[in-house]
Amino acid sequence: MPDEKDDQQPLVQIGPGGKQGGGLFETLRLVFTLTLAGLLSGLLIVSAYELTLPRIEANQAAALRKAVFEVLPGTKQMQQLIWRDGHLVVAGPSQKAPQPGSSVYGGYDQAGKFVGYAIPAAGPGFQDTIQLIFGFNPARRRIVGMEVLESRETPGLGSRIADDPGFHSQFKDLAVEPKVVLVKGHGDKANDVDAITGATISSTAVVKIINKADATWLPKLPKAGQAPALVPSKGKEREIHPVKPPGGPVPGGNSGK
Amino acid sequence: MSSPTEPGQAYAEFVKGLWKENPTFVQVLGMCPALAVTNTAVNGLAMGVATLFVLLMSSILVSSLRRLIPKQVRISTYIVIIATFVTVADFALQAAAPAVHKELGAFVPLIVVNCIILGRQEAFASRNTVWLSAMDALGMGSGFTGALLLLGSLREILGKGSFFGISLFGPHFEPWVIMILPPGGFLMLGVLLLIFAWVKERRQHTSEQAREEAA
Repeated sequence: MPDEKDDQQPLVQIGPGGKQGGGLFETLRLVFTLTLAGLLSGLLIVSAYELTLPRIEANQAAALRKAVFEVLPGTKQMQQLIWRDGHLVVAGPSQKAPQPGSSVYGGYDQAGKFVGYAIPAAGPGFQDTIQLIFGFNPARRRIVGMEVLESRETPGLGSRIADDPGFHSQFKDLAVEPKVVLVKGHGDKANDVDAITGATISSTAVVKIINKADATWLPKLPKAGQAPALVPSKGKEREIHPVKPPGGPVPGGNSGK
Repeated sequence: MSSPTEPGQAYAEFVKGLWKENPTFVQVLGMCPALAVTNTAVNGLAMGVATLFVLLMSSILVSSLRRLIPKQVRISTYIVIIATFVTVADFALQAAAPAVHKELGAFVPLIVVNCIILGRQEAFASRNTVWLSAMDALGMGSGFTGALLLLGSLREILGKGSFFGISLFGPHFEPWVIMILPPGGFLMLGVLLLIFAWVKERRQHTSEQAREEAA
């Protein structure tokens, strides 16, 4: 079936003898071919990256925006807040992507009134890193929502931390003092979370991640009533730079995940 | 682009990948993605399409350059070509369908080591014209996509009660959860391999009988 006429005759015939005159030329030819292949490959890859980067960043920002609106009910607008030099400041326009773990988001209603903070956090789960975001109301000192952004937990069991409505409803009004406690079965206290049956480790991971984020951020957040005001957007879409929290993968790319 | 050596050869090269030499059910290649990402129909379809794209582009390029690539470094060069197209496919998927890209996760970069692609370069694209290589790639890629779509659909229907996300049986359906876990992948694949082998044998038997009667 393979045609006899189409064999592997190279375009340039090399001279006789491997080690003599033909040897060096042959080696150079191999090096040249692979170098050229690498160069062209690099060019194509970088072009594809540049072409798709705006779209990919827009997708990530949209997913983050959606998550923030979910975990802070009543939010209609949001802005990025960065911890810098001991203060929580509003991220300026065309701000470079902040360091992991240095940014939270402020949610505001239609009128611009402050609703709460959306805090991203990550940590080890049963299979891989879990990334989540939760909403915090500083006036009532309560968590008001939680969304799992990324997880690789066991389908049907651990993955239920992402889509089980019974689990999620427990984060709608969760006390954080002294800390959130995971309970197997049913807990009654305001800071109790019932674990998902068959997904204890994933449920524990979620609670651990939240407690760690609370320990990091709650001391830094301004007192109730002193949240940073919403900076007028002047009609432009506010720039959101999705920042992977510490303990999660490197921001800016998913290849090699 | 040269025309095929015989009329209908291009068509034959295309069709062989669909049934007679189906990469999944006959050649039993590309088992890793076939088992790992067929937990839903849409994941299977997306992986199949991504593999088809990489296979087609790589075959075309390898076939065009077949006289320029020295024998000693041919595998390395094929891998560079394949890896480049996989990276491009990864970016394209991330931009166009971020939800699917998240589901497929690490398996998109793993297309590079899918035996089907390197196998077709070495066995076919490096020895045939661009047109025939393209037909071969299309056939193999389509056969692979079809196999993954079939596997994914069956596993999703049984393991989740849905098809492409549309719930089929309502909320009271008790899903056969193992079907969306790795053991279910093996089970379903085994059943399909059995069916394919059985059909093949029946056809062979029938055609042998026909030949005997004609003789």
